[in-house]
Amino acid sequence: MNLHEYQAKELLKKYNVPVQEGFACSTIHEAEEAYRQIKNQFGSSFAVVKAQIHAGGRGKGTIKETGINGVKVAKNLEEVIDFSKKILGGTLVTIQTGPAGKVVNKVLITQDMYYDGPSPRKEFYLSILLDRSKGQNVIMYSTEGGMNIEDVAHDTPEKIFKEWVSPSGGLLPFQARKIAFNLGLSGEAFKNLVKFVTNLYNAYVGLDCAMLEINPLFKAADDKIIAVDCKMNLDDNALTRHADLSSLRDISEEDPTEVEAGKYNLNFVKLDGNVGCMVNGAGLAMATMDMIKLSGGEPANFLDVGGTANAQTVEAGFKIIMKDPNVKAILINIFGGIVRCDRVAAGVIEAYKNLGNINIPIIVRLQGTNAAEAKKLIDESGLKVQSAILLSEAADLVKKAVA
Amino acid sequence: MSVLVNKNSKVIVQGFTGTEGTFHATQMIEYGTQVVGGVTPGKGGGTHLEKPIFNTVADAVKQTGADVSIIFVPPAFAADAIMEAAEAGIGLVVCITEGIPVQDMVKVKNYLASTKTRLIGPNCPGVITADECKVGIMPGFIFKKGNIGIVSKSGTLTYEAADQIVKAGMGITTAIGIGGDPIIGTPTRDAVELLMNDPETEGIVMIGEIGGGMEAEAARWIKANSKKPVVGFIAGQTAPPGRRMGHAGAIVGGSDDTAAAKMKIMRECGIHVVDSPADIGKKMAEAMKK
Repeated sequence: MNLHEYQAKELLKKYNVPVQEGFACSTIHEAEEAYRQIKNQFGSSFAVVKAQIHAGGRGKGTIKETGINGVKVAKNLEEVIDFSKKILGGTLVTIQTGPAGKVVNKVLITQDMYYDGPSPRKEFYLSILLDRSKGQNVIMYSTEGGMNIEDVAHDTPEKIFKEWVSPSGGLLPFQARKIAFNLGLSGEAFKNLVKFVTNLYNAYVGLDCAMLEINPLFKAADDKIIAVDCKMNLDDNALTRHADLSSLRDISEEDPTEVEAGKYNLNFVKLDGNVGCMVNGAGLAMATMDMIKLSGGEPANFLDVGGTANAQTVEAGFKIIMKDPNVKAILINIFGGIVRCDRVAAGVIEAYKNLGNINIPIIVRLQGTNAAEAKKLIDESGLKVQSAILLSEAADLVKKAVA
Repeated sequence: MSVLVNKNSKVIVQGFTGTEGTFHATQMIEYGTQVVGGVTPGKGGGTHLEKPIFNTVADAVKQTGADVSIIFVPPAFAADAIMEAAEAGIGLVVCITEGIPVQDMVKVKNYLASTKTRLIGPNCPGVITADECKVGIMPGFIFKKGNIGIVSKSGTLTYEAADQIVKAGMGITTAIGIGGDPIIGTPTRDAVELLMNDPETEGIVMIGEIGGGMEAEAARWIKANSKKPVVGFIAGQTAPPGRRMGHAGAIVGGSDDTAAAKMKIMRECGIHVVDSPADIGKKMAEAMKK
């Protein structure tokens, strides 16, 4: 589950990780109030207006309607109001959102970190994530902060450092010191970074993060170490033990069809093709998508109906797939193991009848337990449903349907 | 021979009395698996499906001599169940449970490193040695006895592969569903190695998915050690990039992550790679003739 920057920063503060302070606002009035408080608290007339969406590249992205960037530094209250008006409610397009962009429902009004002081300001990169091959968490960091880390990895891989954390010992003090040394820090900034990264790792584990990225990780002119931005992704499987975190989910950031599919326990991902599919099992679902492509079509979706393919789930699946006007055919591919194929076939027939006007070819491939009985049921139903038993037969039917 | 499980395996079921545990224990007993009992904390001393229930895995091992455990415990408690089985000296733990928090599995992986226990899964269909022993949730009738071993990340795709192998006139020694989670006990390479060293297995089907570097690692091992034909398939050639892992993950995972990259490496390592999942059986028949 992805979180907004403002939500992630609130969580980090509970773990004593210093963050760039601010207030999330949904109205211009709130933005004004936030600015006054920040000015009072930090004594600077500068503030930053940051669009809150679940995608990176906001600073370089632009609001479609007004042409303004998604992150702006404001010099005074007038600019805070002006920028907030141009960002709130607008559609922000970044390299990660795709051309459609995402609507901005909140702006974060924050303190400005670029104040003057005795030592030079610096921007670093730091993230914590799982290294699948080692089965350990790894802290990845670089002196090259504030930029796209993929570019840094590609152009100057020697500037990316990794520190693996032992599951039994946790992040050890010498490791935290090593990170601070590699980032070229000394004095107060060194001490602050050691504390920062230790607390950040505790937050990562304590919150069951799947990924935690601080970019930029900022060294201010007074040697404070601050999370200026934060991208946090929580492990969905661990949400059961964090009742308070589930409420942070922002459904408006998700694809509405995928949200609806979730209500029926269907695992659905929308794609751009012309052949819809409904499959049991994630691996077989991906394989079915691949087969559609090899047959001359393009998969319109990924849909795993899981272990129970009955009339209700099949009907819900049909409805969800057919919302997409580009779908020219639907392939149902069920390998019945514990699930009996004849039951699935009965479910398909019932769902088909309930829906009434299905005007596109439906191909049903049922294999496994009671496959022959299932094929007979479909063939004798009188419906315009084509049946197959072998996967290669299903592939041929898809080929004909998209030809 | 076969690998991991056979007719002499003594199996206990953790999460024995739950709905899933009851259903699949019944199915396993019907298949012929020697289920010698089960563990449900607090219900020890009773019986279920005419088998004894124990409070702890250690008790079950002491009383029954069990050497294999299958886990149907809910996700929040599954990591603990795996470690309890390892502590009790169980040699093979098969964890079916889907949805275990990743940080729990980080702990489990570290814990198991200092034991002799092998973990299969989690989030897997289990292991089956045809006509001998089923420790999993797969429909047993598909797996006819033969000389082909299967290693797969996915459940239904394992059944699909087994079915095609049988329809192409061959059969299965052992099928190992290694699981689809980011952290699993037995990676592709280790499962392939087991089958490569099994005298009964003459060919291997290796089925992978996008994500991680396990298939590339297995492919390189196969190139150096192969004595038998291997047919490979990678699901997710058409999957959109970046739906599950953020940017940073792609860096750690390296460029071996995509289906195309994995298939290329597998081909270079001498694996018979099929583009379509419908061609697995046909390709294996061809490879075995050579």
